[in-house]
Amino acid sequence: MDAGSVNSSNKIQSRSPLQERFLHRKPSGENLDRFIPNRSAMDFDYAHFMLTEGRKGKENPAATSSPSRVAYQKQLAEAFNMNRTRILAFKNKPPTIVDPIPKEFFSSSVNQSKPAKPRRHIPQSSERTLDAPELVDDFYLNLLDWGSANVLAIALSNTVYLWDASNGSTSELVTIDEEDGPVTSVNWAPDGRHIAVGLNNSDVQIWDSTANRQLRTLKGCHRSRVDALAWNNHILTTGGMDGKIINNDVRVRDHIVETYRGHQQEVCGLKWSASGQQLASGGNDNLLFIWDRSMASSNAPTQWLHRMEDHTAAVKALAWCPFQSNLLASGGGGGDRCIKFWNTHTGACLNSVDTGSQVCSLLWSKHERELLSSHGFTQNQLTLWKYPSMVKMAELTGHTSRVLFMAQSPDGCTVASAAGDETLRFWNVFGTPEVAKPAAKSNPEPFAHLSRIR
Amino acid sequence: MASKTVAKDIITLRGSAAIVSEFFGYAANSILYNRGVYPEESFVKVKKYGLPMLLTEDEGVKSFIANLTAQLSEWLEAGQLQRIVLVIMSKATNEVLERWNFSIETDSEVVEKGVSREKSDKEIMREIQAIMRQIASSITYLPCLDETCVFDVLAYTDKDVAVPFTWIESDPKLIANPQMVKLHSFDTKIHKVDTLVSYKTDEWDEE
Repeated sequence: MDAGSVNSSNKIQSRSPLQERFLHRKPSGENLDRFIPNRSAMDFDYAHFMLTEGRKGKENPAATSSPSRVAYQKQLAEAFNMNRTRILAFKNKPPTIVDPIPKEFFSSSVNQSKPAKPRRHIPQSSERTLDAPELVDDFYLNLLDWGSANVLAIALSNTVYLWDASNGSTSELVTIDEEDGPVTSVNWAPDGRHIAVGLNNSDVQIWDSTANRQLRTLKGCHRSRVDALAWNNHILTTGGMDGKIINNDVRVRDHIVETYRGHQQEVCGLKWSASGQQLASGGNDNLLFIWDRSMASSNAPTQWLHRMEDHTAAVKALAWCPFQSNLLASGGGGGDRCIKFWNTHTGACLNSVDTGSQVCSLLWSKHERELLSSHGFTQNQLTLWKYPSMVKMAELTGHTSRVLFMAQSPDGCTVASAAGDETLRFWNVFGTPEVAKPAAKSNPEPFAHLSRIR
Repeated sequence: MASKTVAKDIITLRGSAAIVSEFFGYAANSILYNRGVYPEESFVKVKKYGLPMLLTEDEGVKSFIANLTAQLSEWLEAGQLQRIVLVIMSKATNEVLERWNFSIETDSEVVEKGVSREKSDKEIMREIQAIMRQIASSITYLPCLDETCVFDVLAYTDKDVAVPFTWIESDPKLIANPQMVKLHSFDTKIHKVDTLVSYKTDEWDEE
């Protein structure tokens, strides 16, 4: 009982710091409007703990260092508490609910792998609209491309313009002679510097955009206009109105390396897969071909890997899926209106969706499993689809004529669309670039920046 | 006529213990329902205290509460029960999220001398009704329990109570730095029950 007297004398001494702490705690912790002074409302166990444990650490650091003293105090506290009450609980615990899906596992795993993504806002109107006078309103051409150097190329009649997306400046690359034009296709090489320009007279020009200099002209590939171009390293593949597809090695004098014969009519869609192994081509003969590079080297007359006849109108819109190497999306023209998905290894059609309107162009999102399609009559809209459910996520209207061409910015976020209404519109449809975010969300510690100052 | 009303207002220790333990059974059911410890569809509606009350149909929970209230009334009659605490814990981490604290003050004179007190049933019911209403409305200020939870009941008894063989001694399962809200109390003139809920403070309040 000697301890009891020590306890009481200490209590008097410690009153003022405790009070301070008590006052300090109260406004932050309690709902003052609900405060009803009542002794039974107070948690004496907690108060007792605060009184003894709190003081121990603050005022007698020496006491805490002695383990025997700690043990003694603990024993004392226990005895003191146990003299008053005994806390009892059932040995058998109440049944716990069994979740059909283990909720805590589910939620925690989701939280750990990626914090639940906030719903992305998709602006319904275009971010920016530029005039595109004299844009040739021809479904079969490919007059818009956005290079890796963030420069957009658009062909307006006989002239190719370059629009630098980083500073908004416009420059003219080339105006071709009246009798050779108009320009029927433009395509950036992967380096973002060289650009191929296909002409109505069957020539293909290759330009260095930084030096603003023409490097060469590929002649004699086709008998008529060149509608589609696709780069695969040093190979420039051209598709013409004559139905031929030609691989040109731009480095060598005799540039024609291979000729793919399959289409009976104008070739309007050409896309190499990301690996450069497979080429998809679509034509006005409603056919879709998959060509394989390794097969093409043998000079057999039919070199195609697959020949798809499922579309019932011209196939211009082609897009290779960025997250699944053998997945191709293709869109049919006015008589078909379908987006179809293909496994290009097996040639199997995986899905077909009737969009209700001519499909002029298709783009995959680089970040999400989403596909954007551009359409003609009646809405002239851009439609964003969730893949593979093909649920419509957004319909972007604004163009007043069919949206012929689409191109994606190098960061994958902005889409440019050019339509028969002679406008070029920019849509922030695939989200905003996430560059500044991680820095802003950095350490919440107030003095985290100090180490950087030193 | 007069004698009848007088008879009704007399309350014995036994009657008081029955009222309190029954109250606790309903209160526990109501808390488990309102705090979503068990799925909504496992409860049925009954009328009690002039209110629609919900009782669990889950056999396991039912028998747990029945055993509990039986033991509680025994202790209440002996005047040995100081407090009942219903604790809600996270199933995953066992962290205590809420403590529903029912403090009981017993009139020792009644226990020792076996006298009875006077208070009308109606009045007691009205007091209990107010508590039940408060429990049901507590969801408006209590933090969301967005994880799977389990519950347990602690009984604070006098030291001299022999521990029944189905019971064990437990730690108090306190919450560090809790928020507390006092609810109404009721009084049978023999047992006075004060209700208090303490809960874990939301993290963002602290920052």
